[in-house]
Amino acid sequence: MNIRFNDETFRNDYTFKNSDAAIKRFPFPFDKDSYMYAVNMEPHTPVREGSVYYNSFDVDEHYVSEMRDRAMVLDEDPLRCQSLPHMELAGWDLLELIMVEKAKDYPDLFELHRDGDNWHWINKPLGIDDKFTFMDATTLPYGPMEYITRQTQGDFCVLDQRDDNLWMDAGMVTTQADWSLDFDIGMNFFEWHAPVPLAHEKGIFVRALKFLLNIQQGAPARRLNWTMTVNPLLDTSPENYHKWGIQKTTLTPENIGNKQHLRVELQTFFRLPRSNGLVFPIRCYLIKLEELVTYPKWARRFHRVIRDLPVELATYKGFIDNRPMILEYLSQFDDGAETSPGVWPED
Amino acid sequence: MSSGAAKIAVKVTDVVEVNELVKRFRFERTDGGLMPTFSGGAHTVVEMDDHGTRRLNPYSLMSSPQDRSAFTISVRRDDEGRGGSLFMHNHVKTGMEMTISNPVNLFSLDLRARKHLMIAGGIGITPFLSQIAQLDNSNGNFELHYAVRTKSLGSYVDELTAKHPNDVKIYYDDQKEMIDLENLLDGQPLGTHLYVCGPKGMIEWVRKSAADAGWPRETVHYEEFLAPEPGKPFEVKLAISNKVIQVGETQSLLEAIEAAGVDAPYLCRGGACGMCETEVIGYDGKFIHNDHWLDDSEHLSGKKIMPCVSRFEGKTLVLDR
Amino acid sequence: MAKTEFEPSIKSRPVYGELEVRAGKSHLLIADAEGAGAILDLAKSAQKDFLANAHIIYIPKNAGDKYTAQLEGLGARQYYAGPSYEAAVPRIQRVLSDASNGLQIYLAGTEGLMGQAMREATNIGYPYSAIQTEHRGSKARRMQCVHCKGITEDVTTDPFECSHCGLNLFVRDHYSRRLAAFQGVCVDAEDPGNVPDKVEIT
Repeated sequence: MNIRFNDETFRNDYTFKNSDAAIKRFPFPFDKDSYMYAVNMEPHTPVREGSVYYNSFDVDEHYVSEMRDRAMVLDEDPLRCQSLPHMELAGWDLLELIMVEKAKDYPDLFELHRDGDNWHWINKPLGIDDKFTFMDATTLPYGPMEYITRQTQGDFCVLDQRDDNLWMDAGMVTTQADWSLDFDIGMNFFEWHAPVPLAHEKGIFVRALKFLLNIQQGAPARRLNWTMTVNPLLDTSPENYHKWGIQKTTLTPENIGNKQHLRVELQTFFRLPRSNGLVFPIRCYLIKLEELVTYPKWARRFHRVIRDLPVELATYKGFIDNRPMILEYLSQFDDGAETSPGVWPED
Repeated sequence: MSSGAAKIAVKVTDVVEVNELVKRFRFERTDGGLMPTFSGGAHTVVEMDDHGTRRLNPYSLMSSPQDRSAFTISVRRDDEGRGGSLFMHNHVKTGMEMTISNPVNLFSLDLRARKHLMIAGGIGITPFLSQIAQLDNSNGNFELHYAVRTKSLGSYVDELTAKHPNDVKIYYDDQKEMIDLENLLDGQPLGTHLYVCGPKGMIEWVRKSAADAGWPRETVHYEEFLAPEPGKPFEVKLAISNKVIQVGETQSLLEAIEAAGVDAPYLCRGGACGMCETEVIGYDGKFIHNDHWLDDSEHLSGKKIMPCVSRFEGKTLVLDR
Repeated sequence: MAKTEFEPSIKSRPVYGELEVRAGKSHLLIADAEGAGAILDLAKSAQKDFLANAHIIYIPKNAGDKYTAQLEGLGARQYYAGPSYEAAVPRIQRVLSDASNGLQIYLAGTEGLMGQAMREATNIGYPYSAIQTEHRGSKARRMQCVHCKGITEDVTTDPFECSHCGLNLFVRDHYSRRLAAFQGVCVDAEDPGNVPDKVEIT
């Protein structure tokens, strides 16, 4: 596999964009013309070579730039990465999982050489070549979770499992859809999902938790979630909302195709064997409306989904005020023709 | 969705008689690879082909979670049981190929604990062996109180006391030694977590004593695998798969469902994990609930059953399976 | 004054109950202002040995000496009345570090007091779900500004002004036990200067 890494920004001049190949493999989340919450879990097993579902941890053309953006966020606010004291073992679990999987899936980009506890990790795209002792945090420049998640796209919630619940006791969160790790750290599954409307009443979280508690080693699961973001801003944090919130008011009919993005989260769930914890990576993919509408099926369907979404959800996802303008833009591409089932653009 | 945790093909590479009741088995991968890592307190489900009857029994992993060369388990022979442990004792030999499951942990350490206070009875020692190995690696603070019947039946007593002379205390029943639980529970610092594994009576005694002494429920952990009890044969209708099956005297309901070719979810097969919970559509008779997953009101409701350990006596039982 | 009734809210918002005597080797009771009433009610149903093993820590705040004589008169093994929660913290930490499992914890009064005392207990390993709470008195909230991270105590209106960075914040029901605070979020980020009128928190 040959990936050409983009040199792009997710702030200020916002030079982020998707290549044609990246558009084609975008994880479009709607398999039919309407949307409502569902547990929608499926095994995280390879689907269609080249898709974002093919490897355990997808690496794409945005990798190097996303990691640069993460480093900037952490320099500004180190509280975006935190681990409660009992979570270090889970951090090693995560480091091991990511290194082993990436070295296996992308041998031309990542190498892991192990001799007992003496590990040698090579990350070619980021120019990292480190030798360290597994389970000895003093031999790494950061704690194990921070070290490896500074080198892996997506946010990471590392969950402790106890008392028949999951607890958000560690995480690296810099590409989030408006929630604060610093505020939510230590909460259980129901508490950190508390602000989500409608889903509690539908029993979604009770069922989802039951499923997650039983996730087994070697049998990860995945689901998709989505929201809308104005400008390709990875870091839509509550911490900086007073700075980026205003950008939501800058849409015009002329710039909306370029500025309005669909933001999709590929959420995966892996059992962490040594700690019996669970890691919940939340990988954010952005796509401009003008990129998305290059596939007629997606354009038609997305128009219908946004049009028919309940007000509570459009409000929670933060685009209720902009919905009319978004619909006006998308309606140009919806001729009313039927769409084929499934998420793939050309099926 | 396939049932149970992922499977590992293994070869038995050692069988050791620990004492007259207990044998230890060592499993290595047939493909020569490394075993998965796991956390202290985890178990594996061992599949047995007992002369045509498929048995799947959970056994705690007792090896160090750091050791990826092999898994080891210890099995206590139960002459009264349905035969799983007898099969392990009488038929499993070095060199035999078997299938076991990936590790599953329903009895993990609370890693926030300032101190881990462990109480073991008999073969209930096994999960503590891997937990102690895990704590050894992280300088964890623990104390083990281990009751055995006699010196000769005290599995792993010598190893434990040699390695941890200050943290392990052994109690011999035949010398009338008893764990002084009331005193033990008194004076443990806040943040101490209590773990118990052993016979049913011991688990109940420890849980009740802790509750009476004001220990928060969240600080008390226990694991008890129930072996499915034999009972009278009974007939069950499986509504979804439209089959009528017979559950034999020494067969569990779950085993009978599987034998009929119906894929049913499970993990621990010991009434603890909740995975095999099954809806009852109709019944005329009485349930013999043996699990500790469902609560009393669910047991009385006649709406749910855990087929891994529970049975039924009566005319008809219809399940949503 | 009886316990406060709240409207049902989201799952992260703490729910308070009514204190009841539980089996335990020792009992730690912490209250502020009207929370004293909850302790006095609890004591009515308590056996003698409960008070013999009880330690009461009370911050009268605006209740002044309304309850102090009655509380002291209960005859708990230890009784302390202090000028502020902050002043009582070293004492609370000392009691907790000395305590052993079998301790029961009872908190009563305002959310700020209960939340902060609960945090001291959970920091030392006591499960939060085993701690009893009863809300009495002021519904003022302890708020964290999610932007500057500063805490504003005793917030009684929504929106309010962050006492550290000055942003106008709206009061969410989302609550962090670790911070012992509710979350305050900028109310006029998308329309600077358009701040809704303040309303009393209920």
